[in-house]
Amino acid sequence: MSTKSGIRGREGLAGWLFIAPVVIILGLFLLLPILVAIWVSVSDWGGKGSPLGAGYVGATNYEALLVKPGLAQLNLATSLRNNLYYVILVVPIQTVLALFLATILNARRLKGKGFFRTAFYFPSVTSSVAIVTVFLFMFTGAGVVNQILGWVGIHGPNWFNDPRGVLRLALSELNLVNPDSPPGWLTNHGFLGLAWWDWLSGPSVAMCALIILAVWTTGGTFMLMFLAALQDVPDDVLEAATVDGATRWQIFRSVTLPALRPTLFLVITLGLIGTWQVFDQIYLTGGGGPGKTTLTPAYLSYSAAFNDFKWGQGAAIAFILFAIIVVMTIIQRLVMRERRTLPRRRRFPVSGGAR
Amino acid sequence: MSTATATPPRAPLAPLPTEPRRRLGRRITRTVLTYLVLVIFALIYIYPFLIEIASSFKTGADATAHPLSPIPQTWTTEESFSKLAGVDFSRWFTNSVVVALFVTLGRVFFDSLAGYALARLHFLGRRAINGAIVAVMAVPGVVLLIPKYLVLVQLHMYDTYYGMIIPLMADAAGVFIMRQFFISIPVEVEEAARIDGAGTFRLFWSVVLPMARPAVITLTILSFQGSWNEFSYFLVARGSPQLNTLTTGVASLLSGQLGAGNQFPLKLAAALLMTIPTAIVFFVFQRYFIRGASAGAVKG
Repeated sequence: MSTKSGIRGREGLAGWLFIAPVVIILGLFLLLPILVAIWVSVSDWGGKGSPLGAGYVGATNYEALLVKPGLAQLNLATSLRNNLYYVILVVPIQTVLALFLATILNARRLKGKGFFRTAFYFPSVTSSVAIVTVFLFMFTGAGVVNQILGWVGIHGPNWFNDPRGVLRLALSELNLVNPDSPPGWLTNHGFLGLAWWDWLSGPSVAMCALIILAVWTTGGTFMLMFLAALQDVPDDVLEAATVDGATRWQIFRSVTLPALRPTLFLVITLGLIGTWQVFDQIYLTGGGGPGKTTLTPAYLSYSAAFNDFKWGQGAAIAFILFAIIVVMTIIQRLVMRERRTLPRRRRFPVSGGAR
Repeated sequence: MSTATATPPRAPLAPLPTEPRRRLGRRITRTVLTYLVLVIFALIYIYPFLIEIASSFKTGADATAHPLSPIPQTWTTEESFSKLAGVDFSRWFTNSVVVALFVTLGRVFFDSLAGYALARLHFLGRRAINGAIVAVMAVPGVVLLIPKYLVLVQLHMYDTYYGMIIPLMADAAGVFIMRQFFISIPVEVEEAARIDGAGTFRLFWSVVLPMARPAVITLTILSFQGSWNEFSYFLVARGSPQLNTLTTGVASLLSGQLGAGNQFPLKLAAALLMTIPTAIVFFVFQRYFIRGASAGAVKG
């Protein structure tokens, strides 16, 4: 390599010129916004004039959300409950579905592999607005889904208008609880201003429709990731296991799954990050209804600022959400690390050059 | 390869006639089951789109009464496509095209420049910028909606085409994809051109970029798809109906500010039309999408 200082100097200038547009755009529209938002979250800015001229109010906005009983706290708690159920259901289901579809498609002598792969992946590249439009149509009271449920004698709910929590529905169906007179120890105590009775309601029927939508839409992307990783599983190991008389399930458990661990980790991480940010679907299905059972922190943050003009609170919710995502990712990282029993033979191909 | 793997198990089993037959039977059952499962899932994934298409040619009453039927009772566009003119659909479409075009051009150019600099050029602060790019990818986009709006207003870019386009013209993931690609290709060609006296930009423009074709195509497609489907950013970056893109425009249809009835044929027709460009790009450049999906995976 040439090491003349003149060339190096020119290269340095060229380097900065090359990188300048990206640095300016990201600095101006990503870094600067974060700094402004940090300020707004501790100010009383009301949406008029420059936020820099607003008054400093300390942790008031955060207190209103996390400590002080009131509507702000109740809304945040409700949105956290809703999103928690969403995450707990979407992440495992979409991961298992993606792995399942990828495993089937990875079979050697399969015809029409390309067709099926395309079919499963296509929703992932489609606009969320278009998808929600179709789902709103399919999940109406007398819609497609309920007609199909009708074939097997199930009277389907009025999906997007049904605020009933499914866990509570199931328990009252089994006569374990009476929804009209809930046990006092559950209604009198709570967390973040929301009674345990409400925390434990389960996702509402409306939220379940959104959960189905999320699994249906994003399963394909993760399927592709698993499919790519499956092609990296060494054939000779699989063959050796077959010759040794291992059953398919044994091979899957002790050869395939360990080899997929890095991808599994990635899929769960991306799933966690994505599901905690759910916004488009919430906005498009009516902004948190019915009965606030599809309200999520991301949407609450938006509506606090843009609909209620509580900019400080909106920004504060965004940072709380950010913190949740960071904590969840760290927890998941720790859990997955502990469970790792086999040495990692293969790393994700490109990640080696990341630093 | 497959013949070599198929022969060995058969040889030792030859003396027992019942064993292979049972095995064959099991294999057939498994094959049938596999295809059955695949076909059921394919239906779950494709049928909603068929319904979307069919309902775009139905009357509102027909769509409501026979939502499952893939064939309209009477083919009509009276309550769907014909009504789109009344909701300024062509304006939304034009806006989407303009925005997606400029965003894509900007992203491909700026991201490649930056990716090349980070992969090849030596300059002070390169490591720091590299770290910053990776860190930026980890910031969840949705939490930035309010702050982005605030900055747009401060810069007097709110509710303008500039405000909708310029902030999207660079993205960290794209820079990362390009950088990874440039690292992976051999440096010799560039060295040779450099000795011939080509300046850094000429070298980049006429030697490096043509070599990077697959990565450039991947990035073009991802950028187009991303900006065409972008919704939440345009929700906060503009307020006037004239600047509606397809996503925000169709969203305003969903919130149902207009007319009586559920208007499903109209909404589904609009959703269908906004899906068609992505579908075409997807089917033509499928393998680049797949490459992009695994490249985007590096994000985590």
